[in-house]
Amino acid sequence: MSIPKIRVRNLKKYFGTKKVLDGVDLDVAPGTSLVVIGGSGSGKSVLIKSILGLVTPDSGVIEIDGVDVLSAPRAQARALREQIGMLFQNGALFDSLPVWENVAFGLLAEKKIARRSARAKAIEVLAQVGLADNVADLSPSELSGGMQKRVALARAIASEPAIMFFDEPTTGLDPIMGAVIDELIVDCVKRLGSTSIAITHDMASAVRIGDTAAMLYDGKITWTGPAAELLTTTNPLVDQFTHGRSEGPIKMALRR
Amino acid sequence: MNAILNGIAHIGAAVLNALGLVGELAIFAGTGMFAIIRPPYYPRMIGRALMEIGYFSLPVVSLTALFTGMVLALQSYTGFSRFNAESAIASVVILSVTRELGPVLAGLMVSGRAGAAMAAELGTMRVTDQIDALSTLSTEPMQYLVAPRLIAGMIAMPLLVAIADILGVMGGFLVAWLKLGFNPHTYLVSSFTHLRTDDVVSGLIKAAVFGFIIALMGCFNGYRSKGGAQGVGAATTSAVVSASILILAVDYILTQLLFTK
Repeated sequence: MSIPKIRVRNLKKYFGTKKVLDGVDLDVAPGTSLVVIGGSGSGKSVLIKSILGLVTPDSGVIEIDGVDVLSAPRAQARALREQIGMLFQNGALFDSLPVWENVAFGLLAEKKIARRSARAKAIEVLAQVGLADNVADLSPSELSGGMQKRVALARAIASEPAIMFFDEPTTGLDPIMGAVIDELIVDCVKRLGSTSIAITHDMASAVRIGDTAAMLYDGKITWTGPAAELLTTTNPLVDQFTHGRSEGPIKMALRR
Repeated sequence: MNAILNGIAHIGAAVLNALGLVGELAIFAGTGMFAIIRPPYYPRMIGRALMEIGYFSLPVVSLTALFTGMVLALQSYTGFSRFNAESAIASVVILSVTRELGPVLAGLMVSGRAGAAMAAELGTMRVTDQIDALSTLSTEPMQYLVAPRLIAGMIAMPLLVAIADILGVMGGFLVAWLKLGFNPHTYLVSSFTHLRTDDVVSGLIKAAVFGFIIALMGCFNGYRSKGGAQGVGAATTSAVVSASILILAVDYILTQLLFTK
């Protein structure tokens, strides 16, 4: 059995007295896409930020390629995390830089390539997400929401990462643009052979981009299974969440 | 009894919060200084910060210095003429401007302009995940965002203060000559007779320290801001207020250290 690309065990994170992650266990096999679903504030973003090293968990194990990044030497943990590309929920594009420099930012920082070559590579990657070279010199604020998302996706894939994280990739987009972004994500992940984790509230998106799915509830993973079964599973938590029912165990938990 | 205990608990919590904040600031400052000396370096970001802090603050600092010098000459004349010491005005103006008013007023002005801008920019980057995005792109935010601003603050402020010194003295000179009827040649000779190198140097040392404080407080408050637009607004206000108070407090300490008879 192959080593999971990402393995999380008993991950815990509290903010003060607020329990956010309470023993999360997760495996993501190499070359597969996992979708994590869960309500607002359920800790989905904290989970991927913990793997990225942006949040320090209170305890637990996070392994990338079999190495625990929480206990590994700083340089080794950094090198392992450098294989992760991230698409942030709101794009998180740098306002002060033109589009091409946003896309090439990681290339300039990691690979120290010349600016001219970086620009050419950025235009090439922009084409892969369906953007023409005439957007390269625009400022991010001059782009529509959908175009900003594409630029953010281009930035995430520019250095061809082995692992990709997508935080609410279709939030704020109309259904058609959401489907387009999902197709681009699937295309990029397959083309690069990457392992990915996406977190989303959008069930159509979850089914489109995920091979497997997991539900995060009350600080724990309460269900895992094929993403295609998200809408048909009999698990009461997943069933209520995916169908958006107000009655069910999740509401009961909130009342308690 | 409970009310008294609650009161003591509130005071204790406030003291602990304040100590926590001082600790956070000390760690941030230490990390920032380490980031200055540790590669990689970002000369483009330093250049950009120099423009923001130095070049774009030049008009407001120049006007402040010019009018302060003019007012200083007028007010000194009012006081000194009451005991026939008008001849001391030139020395008072140049020493006040170079040793004290130049660096302090420039510091307060730059804090209000560039310090606020830094806090707003970094605060917006924080609440829109841009700082987290830097980390995911193999870039250490302290080195990319904070270190260049600290360096630029320490370079730009002495340059601004040197210009402010010249304009402040010129303001006093113009008022003394055109309004108070002083002989221009005598005024200038009198100005520079009592001026020593350490008067100017002490002002420039203060300026470099104030530049560090302005950049530090702008970055610190912006970097830890949270809660959207309201949080960014609070960070901006806090950056200006804390930098201004620190400038005045550190000014006394530096004056004491650099004091010469």
